[in-house]
Amino acid sequence: MITALTAVAILSGLSLVFVYRYAMPKIEVNVKNETKSAIENIFPDGADIKPVKGDENMFSVKGKSGKMLGYAIIAEGNGYQGTIKMVAGVDETFKVMSGMEVLESQETPGLGAEIAGKPFAGQFSGLAITHEIEYVKNQKPAQPYQIEAITGATISSRAVVNILNESIDKARRAAGGGK
Amino acid sequence: MIKEFTKGLWKENPIFVQVLGMCPTLAVTTKALFGFSMGMATTFVVVSSSVVISLIRRFVPREVRIPMFTVIIATFVTAADYFLKANLYQISKALGPYVPLIVVNCIILGRAEAFASKNNIARSFLDALGMGVGFTCALIILGSVRELLGSGTVFGYAVMWGGFTKWVIMVLPAGAFLTLGLLVGLFNVINSRMVKKAGCK
Repeated sequence: MITALTAVAILSGLSLVFVYRYAMPKIEVNVKNETKSAIENIFPDGADIKPVKGDENMFSVKGKSGKMLGYAIIAEGNGYQGTIKMVAGVDETFKVMSGMEVLESQETPGLGAEIAGKPFAGQFSGLAITHEIEYVKNQKPAQPYQIEAITGATISSRAVVNILNESIDKARRAAGGGK
Repeated sequence: MIKEFTKGLWKENPIFVQVLGMCPTLAVTTKALFGFSMGMATTFVVVSSSVVISLIRRFVPREVRIPMFTVIIATFVTAADYFLKANLYQISKALGPYVPLIVVNCIILGRAEAFASKNNIARSFLDALGMGVGFTCALIILGSVRELLGSGTVFGYAVMWGGFTKWVIMVLPAGAFLTLGLLVGLFNVINSRMVKKAGCK
């Protein structure tokens, strides 16, 4: 009885080692590629993406000629369900956002999950961040630092705004006040 | 022999008749593609574990058969999870925790206990394949209905007219229950008509 159970467990463990060794490198590449392609979507001219020293959640993005385009910040926090992970692009001076891409979210499909969709996420390109980002409901934003929340998914929209505000603020301080 | 395969499609359909595996059924069918992927992953697990269990059925002591089956099933589930993450990353992300949760899908342990542990490999293979395909078809139907009414698309293709108002409830949990209930009802109506017809002959 014990022998049979042990044998099955050992065989199962051994076979999983092979699966793991085959799959793990591929999975790591997938995760890396995803972040990279998100950054490239935000900065279409970005050619040189390098992690900022001392902060693994921040990347400096330079164009082909070596011109500084801005920073890409990995922003993470609690959503309506589970964690929302995004890439936020900001310009070098921390005045305007270049864009936002959602990497991971467990928001409600069809509602909160729309934070990844163009109509919502697109609002962040060109958004002013000299003021804290705010959201408005069921109306067009009146200020350059406002976005319109998704109807029926205010909590998810608010979560995105809060996470971004916090992460951008942190990154700004890390980068030396955004001078 | 062929009956072992076809019974999973209709007469003993895992979802509409046995009402097993409700957790992934209700959770991932917001879109037809997710239903399809979930169905394929489950089919892989149920077929491989049924074959292995049928292969070793003579060496399994009765007292520990359930833990042994569970270890075997968990192995295949983990393999499926890694495979999806490595090769179909976007789909694996969409299915989220429901791929690892195939482990506790009653269809699989049910087939292992009720069929594979008592039948030869060929029959167990056909039985598991039938159950897997039946499960997949049911998930695709459920996913298509919910995606059509909730998002206006099927498999990502827009099929509804331009001004179509999306029924948001269909992509929410309530929509899963409504659709499943109506489909089970429809299934039973068709079934009882068929039985009646067969009886008149």
